[in-house]
Amino acid sequence: MTESTRRERMKMPRTAMPERDGRNRSTDFEEVNLGYTEQLAVLEASRCLQCARPVCVDGCPVGVRIGDFVAAVADRRFDDAALIVSEDNSLPAVCGRVCPQEHQCEGACVMGRRSSPIAIGHLERFVADRAAASSGRPSGSAPTGKTVAVVGSGPAGLACAADLARFGHQVTVYEALHQAGGVLVYGIPEYRLPKAVVAAEVAQLEHEGVRFEMNAPIGRAESVDDLLERHDAVFIGVGAGLPKFLDVAGENLVGVQSANEFLTRVNLMGANRPQAETPVLVGRRVAVIGGGNTALDAVRTAVRTGAESATVYYRRTEDEMPARTEEIRHAREEGVHFEFLLNPVAFGGETRVETMRLIRMRQTEPGDDGRRGVEPIDGSEVDVPVDTVVVAVGNAPNPMLSSTPGLRMSRWGTIVTDPDTGMTEKAGVFAGGDIVTGGATVILAMGAGRRAAKGIDGYLRTGAVAAASLD
Amino acid sequence: MWRQWGRTALLSRPDPADHDVVYAIQDARFIAPDVKRFRVDAPRVARYWKPGQFVIVRATDDGERIPLTVVEADPGAGTIDLIVQGVGKTTRTLNALTSGEWIHDVAGPLGSPSEIDDFGTTIVVGGGVGTAIVYPTARALARAANRVIAIVGARTADLLILVEELEAVADSVIVTTDDGTAGRSGFVTDALAEVISVEHVDRVIAIGPLQMMAAISQLTRPEAIPTIVSLNPIMVDGTGMCGGCRVSVGGETKFACVDGPEFDAHGVDFDLLRMRNATYCDFERRRLEELGST
Repeated sequence: MTESTRRERMKMPRTAMPERDGRNRSTDFEEVNLGYTEQLAVLEASRCLQCARPVCVDGCPVGVRIGDFVAAVADRRFDDAALIVSEDNSLPAVCGRVCPQEHQCEGACVMGRRSSPIAIGHLERFVADRAAASSGRPSGSAPTGKTVAVVGSGPAGLACAADLARFGHQVTVYEALHQAGGVLVYGIPEYRLPKAVVAAEVAQLEHEGVRFEMNAPIGRAESVDDLLERHDAVFIGVGAGLPKFLDVAGENLVGVQSANEFLTRVNLMGANRPQAETPVLVGRRVAVIGGGNTALDAVRTAVRTGAESATVYYRRTEDEMPARTEEIRHAREEGVHFEFLLNPVAFGGETRVETMRLIRMRQTEPGDDGRRGVEPIDGSEVDVPVDTVVVAVGNAPNPMLSSTPGLRMSRWGTIVTDPDTGMTEKAGVFAGGDIVTGGATVILAMGAGRRAAKGIDGYLRTGAVAAASLD
Repeated sequence: MWRQWGRTALLSRPDPADHDVVYAIQDARFIAPDVKRFRVDAPRVARYWKPGQFVIVRATDDGERIPLTVVEADPGAGTIDLIVQGVGKTTRTLNALTSGEWIHDVAGPLGSPSEIDDFGTTIVVGGGVGTAIVYPTARALARAANRVIAIVGARTADLLILVEELEAVADSVIVTTDDGTAGRSGFVTDALAEVISVEHVDRVIAIGPLQMMAAISQLTRPEAIPTIVSLNPIMVDGTGMCGGCRVSVGGETKFACVDGPEFDAHGVDFDLLRMRNATYCDFERRRLEELGST
């Protein structure tokens, strides 16, 4: 690349994602981002400097060869681009939509320092959506005759199952709910991740020979040991699904609900539809507690299900919000209010919640991790009227398999594994995703599922991998 | 495709031809007005279910997830028996189903099993359809060498269920009806008070309407008789994920679906549960009206 082309490219502005108008979209669940056209994708891809040392790849938890796939898009070799992405990412249509790219690949992009980073997420989504019909997945190995049970059909389980199938193993995925996808179907709303996208990924896996068994709450039905009787290995990817509450007075009043409950009623059970069988409590004034993507999903869902005012209360400041920047911007465009440095200390009401008592917080000096803490300011309580409250302050690991003999659990209730292979202390049993790390992101769970798939493949082929000693 | 995604047609049922697991109804009959007993193919539940555990059912592809009682399981045949009282739209939709048809989803078993041990003299109390939950536990307790006294009550004789089944497993059965049309006239609490006034009782297990369980808890607290109740709060997933089923027991918040459904009655905040169970009553009423008008 000549210096003049380089300079020219650096002057090109980032290609905006076409999106629906904030006011139009805030009453329905159609997808907000419309996706790049071919022309827009090629334009955006042509901004890439094709760095000799692509730092963007370092920022990707699964190491997608970003420079190569972006170059393929710029050359209009879209099928090649899809193949490159799918070598390292088994759910690109999902990740292109929900990854926090600004903290990962795009955060590392050198263009970010001069103008704005390459829109890697938008390009990944484009490539994956375009390939969906033509199925650009590398072909699998010959059948090995080995069978693997995957417990949980969320991002970790699906990614693990995809690779195991590709390695030639027979995979059965066990899901406790009636639909596959885990947090991708019950948690992330339709307007951000259409369920058809998840369904297409699942259908693709079925096409590759993966079996799905729904309504199978492993741990209450079969134990892990029961699964080991009919499978050669087990992968546990049951996630962090147990909602945390604030542990303050009045939290059990009617109208105070977890983000999991609120989102599941709408996303999985379709409570937003006019003839819905499943109810959901929204109310006029909705308060959402938390600052992560789940809080944003909940508040934007509240707007779409009829809330007249919807406010996010976060105990830190906007700078510390873990939510994706795009979600925060989209929420503002849809009329969501944000209140920072406020933390609930009590809820009041007769049977239904009517008021929320908040205490004002102030920032403290940054700690060792560089993040500023907060502390309450004495006597600064204020009461605000609310009709419903959605608590989105994180999830604890799912406990349904925690009493499995031979598994070592941490004091946080997560499963202890060898980080390289995902192997637990129990022979033949692997784990990955939020059940190992505690609540994290889709892409990290996927990465863990894929590492475990490699670990399982090695274990099944050599049979030599002993249960890891994890001290 | 037997799994259907996104916005699917209302009331569509899986086609048995390409459905991996069909929760087919083998038998269905009313055992009391509005109370139906189903025998359903559900091999996974049949194999792993233990007394005290429940299932979550969706009647149709668009249906609500509701917890239901398993009264009996046959692991060999792969069937379970469910008892459904038609009170809301979902349970009435279920009760309109009959043998040869199928239930869309049956997930389970869920919840912790009843604690079964040789406690000594154990009284099981079933009120209304609560009797269906208490029956398998009574049977397991009898097999574990307990002396089991069953007290079964209902508003009126027609609504009594499982009396013969309990007579076959319990050492004695006392029947009460509010209107005196069968057994003794009065409430189960009256019968229980009488028994504990004349003999030593090691344990009470009471399952029925909230009011009944609260009253029994009041009755056994001064006597310090360990008392277990099975709670039925609103829940969505039944696996600990939604937190909708949270109950207060001994001042601590518990999730009924994973920590229960059985709890120490003396610690349960029944008022809170009654309040939370009324969360969607307006919605329920509207849906029932819709059902009536179609």
